[in-house]
Amino acid sequence: MTRQKRRTGRRHPLATVALLALGLVFTGGAYAALSNGTTAQAEVDPNSQQTIEEGKKLFQANCATCHGLSAQGTDEGPSLIGVGAAAVDFQVGTGRMPMQMQGPQAQQKPVQFTDEQIQQLAYYVASLGPGPDIPSDHLVNGGGDAANGAELFRINCAMCHNVAGAGGALTEGKFAPPLTDVSGVHIYEAMVTGPQNMPVFNDLNISPEDKRDVITYLKYLQDNRSPGGIELGSLGPVAEGLFIWIFGLGAIVAITVWITAKSN
Amino acid sequence: MAQDDHSGAELAAADSSHAAHDTAVSPGTAVITADSFENPGFPPHRPRVTDENPKREKRAQRTVYTLFYLSILGSVWAIAAYMLFPMESNDVGAVRLNNMFFGLGATLALLAIGFGVVHWGKAIMADVELVDERHPIGGSPETQAAAVKVFADADRESGFTRRAAIRNSLIGALLVFPLPAIVLFRGFAPQDQMPVELLSHTMWKKGTRLALDPSGVPIKAADVTIGSAFHVIPEGLQDLEHGKLEEKAKAAVLLMRLEPSELNPAPGKENWAYEGIVAYSKICTHVGCPVALYEQHTHHLLCPCHQSQFDVANNCEVIFGPAARPLPQLAIEVDDEGYLVAQHDFTEPVGPSFWERN
Repeated sequence: MTRQKRRTGRRHPLATVALLALGLVFTGGAYAALSNGTTAQAEVDPNSQQTIEEGKKLFQANCATCHGLSAQGTDEGPSLIGVGAAAVDFQVGTGRMPMQMQGPQAQQKPVQFTDEQIQQLAYYVASLGPGPDIPSDHLVNGGGDAANGAELFRINCAMCHNVAGAGGALTEGKFAPPLTDVSGVHIYEAMVTGPQNMPVFNDLNISPEDKRDVITYLKYLQDNRSPGGIELGSLGPVAEGLFIWIFGLGAIVAITVWITAKSN
Repeated sequence: MAQDDHSGAELAAADSSHAAHDTAVSPGTAVITADSFENPGFPPHRPRVTDENPKREKRAQRTVYTLFYLSILGSVWAIAAYMLFPMESNDVGAVRLNNMFFGLGATLALLAIGFGVVHWGKAIMADVELVDERHPIGGSPETQAAAVKVFADADRESGFTRRAAIRNSLIGALLVFPLPAIVLFRGFAPQDQMPVELLSHTMWKKGTRLALDPSGVPIKAADVTIGSAFHVIPEGLQDLEHGKLEEKAKAAVLLMRLEPSELNPAPGKENWAYEGIVAYSKICTHVGCPVALYEQHTHHLLCPCHQSQFDVANNCEVIFGPAARPLPQLAIEVDDEGYLVAQHDFTEPVGPSFWERN
């Protein structure tokens, strides 16, 4: 009975599903287009009272559990007074904060806030005490001297982040993340604020122009393929040795089997 | 070749009769003789398709000479690729293309010969199973006796056993002969200075300013904020005429600033730090890798080569890994102008252990 009824209907049984999917695609697309438009225009005035008020609301709703209602710090999280806008822009802008769980170090995850909200948060925290500011565009766009940046990177950064920026392991579950897809502004902010266990590289250690050169070098690495061919993650002798053990020896074993097998 | 040919069945029969003979001779206290392994001989001869089907044989023949022609093609291509993709001196990408296409050609040239020869041998050459018996290794009794006689004669005629003085002096001479070669190893170290002295001292001395690597700009104590890590060389290193790398390899220092309350200086070293700023040799005491993976919150220093860990808050004591000694600390203070300076050289040799190290 029911089967007959369904067959006599004019609509295809999947029509509802198709209609729903179509509606979702349209709504989602329109939302994405609109929200993209608004974030592109977001221009937050760092000094206005409204920005700081908005940032405070966001802070108290999203961060105060660990950092305290007025960012004074608790047993769960450090004080944020004096860390500056750069620290907030880095930690929230790369998705490390709000933190998913306590652990050896904050993990990267999808960003939880819009650019506008991140700036509001950053300027609220900056209003609590002086600290490094979000760097201006000309320092982070990669227009510096890549050769000088490479030398500074090898001296100051490569021991943890790997000379090709591929990242590396530290002690007890901590690690230096790969720098292969980090934006210039986040690299700069990481250097001035020293997130997690990374040391601070203040402007008297590596000057802003030198930081621009380091970013230029990393951008060069991001934009230029390795001249040596397949990089195998740029992890050095371990990855390369494993590759040759599996594929090199594998090929030798296969050829040996072929040579000694009797012909058909 | 034809003489060596035996049929499989003939050989199998010969072998099994041999095995039966052995079990009969065996005194046989063991109980395993019953299921002793018998040579099963050759499996029945299975002709290949190329033996039975002339078409397949033709095809195999074609494959083999095609492979050899492919090899010629690969060689020619390698020569052509070397010219078609020239190595430009300033273009790494051009070198890569050159290497890759030349290498592909050379690989094809060699691999095709190898595969062709093996395929020829497997599919086309005569297909017979045969056994080459292993010949006894020892010589005949006569040969052995003659050899013993040669030695005995030589000993008697030379007096090697009888004239002990000559023999022993020869052995002595041969033992001493390699010694000059060992002395030559001294030439690896600098000739005009004692290596132990060189390993025991660095460029640091009282009043040497700590300077940034690589610029050589001196560092003020106020520049070093909490959580910072500075990579430091002695001021003046960049102006050295020669031996710059040797000096840098010994004098490289990592400068860090902690909360002064977090430091636990060893007795006698209380004034080696300045307001929480500490300077430690960057050369690992294990095998001399640069230890510079500094974690600003745990105050751990990690050596990337063998995972030795040093605790900066506790005099860089070893907390993990193969290093045997803490990193040597450089005592620092501040001069009249606010710059960080060394109080004196390291009080112990930096880097890995060596024989004469006290």
